[in-house]
Amino acid sequence: MNILLALSRLIDGLNGAVGRFVYWAVLVAVIISSGNAVVRYAFHTSSNAWLEVQWYLFSAIFMLCAGYTLLRNEHIRIDVIVSRFSERTLIWIDIIGTVLFLLPISIIIMYLSWPVLVESFVRHEMSSDAGGLIRWPVKLLIPAGFLLLVLQGISELIKRIAFLQGLIPNPAPKKQDAHSPVEGAAE
Amino acid sequence: MIQFLTDNMAPLMFVVLVFFLLFGYPVAFALAANGLLFAFIGIELGLLTPALMQALPERVFGIMRNDTLLAIPFFTFMGLILERSGMAEDLLDTIGQLFGPMRGGLAYAVIFVGALLAATTGVVAASVISMGLISLPIMLRYGYDRRLASGVIAASGTLAQIIPPSLVLIVMADQLGRSVGDMYAGAMIPGLILAALYAGYVFIISMVNKDAAPALPLEARSLRGMQLAIRVCVSLVPPLVLIFLVLGTIFIGVATPTEGGAMGAAGALILALMKRKLDWSLLRQAMDTTAKLSAFVIFILIGSTVFGLTFRAVNGDLWVEHLLTSLPGGQLGFLIVVNIMVFVLAFFLDFFELAFIVVPLLGPAAEKLGIDLIWFGVLLGVNMQTSFMHPPFGFALFYLRSVAPVADYIDKVTGKLIPKITTGQIYWGAVPFVCIQIIMVGLVIAFPEMVTSMLDRGPVLNESEVQMQLQIESPNYGGDPAAESETPGEEPEAGETEEDTPDFGEQEEDPNAPK
Repeated sequence: MNILLALSRLIDGLNGAVGRFVYWAVLVAVIISSGNAVVRYAFHTSSNAWLEVQWYLFSAIFMLCAGYTLLRNEHIRIDVIVSRFSERTLIWIDIIGTVLFLLPISIIIMYLSWPVLVESFVRHEMSSDAGGLIRWPVKLLIPAGFLLLVLQGISELIKRIAFLQGLIPNPAPKKQDAHSPVEGAAE
Repeated sequence: MIQFLTDNMAPLMFVVLVFFLLFGYPVAFALAANGLLFAFIGIELGLLTPALMQALPERVFGIMRNDTLLAIPFFTFMGLILERSGMAEDLLDTIGQLFGPMRGGLAYAVIFVGALLAATTGVVAASVISMGLISLPIMLRYGYDRRLASGVIAASGTLAQIIPPSLVLIVMADQLGRSVGDMYAGAMIPGLILAALYAGYVFIISMVNKDAAPALPLEARSLRGMQLAIRVCVSLVPPLVLIFLVLGTIFIGVATPTEGGAMGAAGALILALMKRKLDWSLLRQAMDTTAKLSAFVIFILIGSTVFGLTFRAVNGDLWVEHLLTSLPGGQLGFLIVVNIMVFVLAFFLDFFELAFIVVPLLGPAAEKLGIDLIWFGVLLGVNMQTSFMHPPFGFALFYLRSVAPVADYIDKVTGKLIPKITTGQIYWGAVPFVCIQIIMVGLVIAFPEMVTSMLDRGPVLNESEVQMQLQIESPNYGGDPAAESETPGEEPEAGETEEDTPDFGEQEEDPNAPK
């Protein structure tokens, strides 16, 4: 179990670092997109490459931060009913949910997206717009994002099992109400 | 048993979905797992082919290159920067002074600022929390009715959901396959009327019971005359500039919503810099929250895409469409049933879930009945807004609860003991506003012109808009002639498998294709 907990800490560290690195893409995207807009009005010109950078960055944000969001336990749940359950029940819900919901679909999409990526890489697939960007880096985000998600799922699983064995404190303590203002600020 | 399964895949899928969602695991994965489970059952029963799942990576890729959704992080980021840099505080302070001398003045100030904040940030929590922190103590100090005070704050905060630039409307436009600009234009008048209805309610209450919402006493009005006029100008200018930057440019058609959002976000950063409120921790927090929000919103969409892929493959869309179009009463019957359904669902689901799960099912049926989808989207938007203030699960009520006093306290200015706000008072305070919301839904149904008259249906805007969108993105998901011509020698089956399965409602994901 200790080895597993070390693995879990490693994964948490990885996703934490990825999240804190990738969120800078928000600022970069704001700057590039507003720059694009200004350039378009001022000089009546636009570059497909710069326009595509916008959604490359946005894709990087949500794909690579999915695991980080799971780490922070901020994927939206419907907790109307289950929030009354005991701590242990909630932990069991997470364990079952991770094994039956999260992991299968993430692994399947990761697995299916790999040949698509290889294909795009081998063919040097380019954007169909003139001056657009090469496609494989953005297609890489799909398997990479789901891999991070799978890893985080495994880490959450380890932490919850360790909690049930009494080895660590609750990894996902109940918030004081269902939607705390900090989380809510995101709405 | 197998026969039963085969015949009722779609309804079963729907029932199981409800259980999966209520299970309490994150919605995104519950949705996807449901789609996966039924795809597996369908394949085992020979109803579906395993190739169905092959379409998944391409679907995810389709979401990634969707230009509409790009506006979500921009508006979120903008809202967070504005909230944390204290714009709401300045506004509330000043407008409160301006309206203070009137009976019900503070309540009007809250509504006015709520609408103004809505038009700049589109973030419910920001409005409710800042108004709860600033206006609530003042209202309590001068003896406002506690239910009225909390109700008006929660309700005004939710205006951010319906007054552009709101995230709900972006998602709604995307799911219904309409342009965000039109959705914004259509929502403008209903949003303002709603704010006016809130004000009307405050007016009636303050006339019936003069103690419910007293005017501020003279000593509480620190600013007068010119001083006040200057303050008003100073604190009103930044939000007005932003509103023009964002909404103005979108409405007059020079900017796409994505560009408007980016400009707004940049503008918010500049304003915060000018006020010397921007520091690294604020910036990091805003980016962190924006990244997480983008991830969970888009993953709900990915989950609902997996669900939708299977649901359509088992003809679930036809089943829902048949159910809905065969309702008695034609358009009106459909609208009434749908609105009651959404109203009830809104008790349990919040708007992202409603928009991604329910709206794609309703859209085609509405279109078939000849309902204008912009009108329909705005209508659902007003309806879903109630999901924020329904007791007991409304988000806005939670936010207000988190900042309202939980224990009796001594007011610093008057030295009086002010009793705490009970949760019951917050709940009861919201009820009249939920009723106003229902009235508003009725009004939008009765007067579609409210929405449609704002839409410039002339060829000028539409054409330029289509051109603008064509220029910016290449909305080809299925066969992409340019891409295919690059590889003339390849076998299409080998090379394009993921693009060769366009037969499960492909057009649903392609909102920007020229109509």
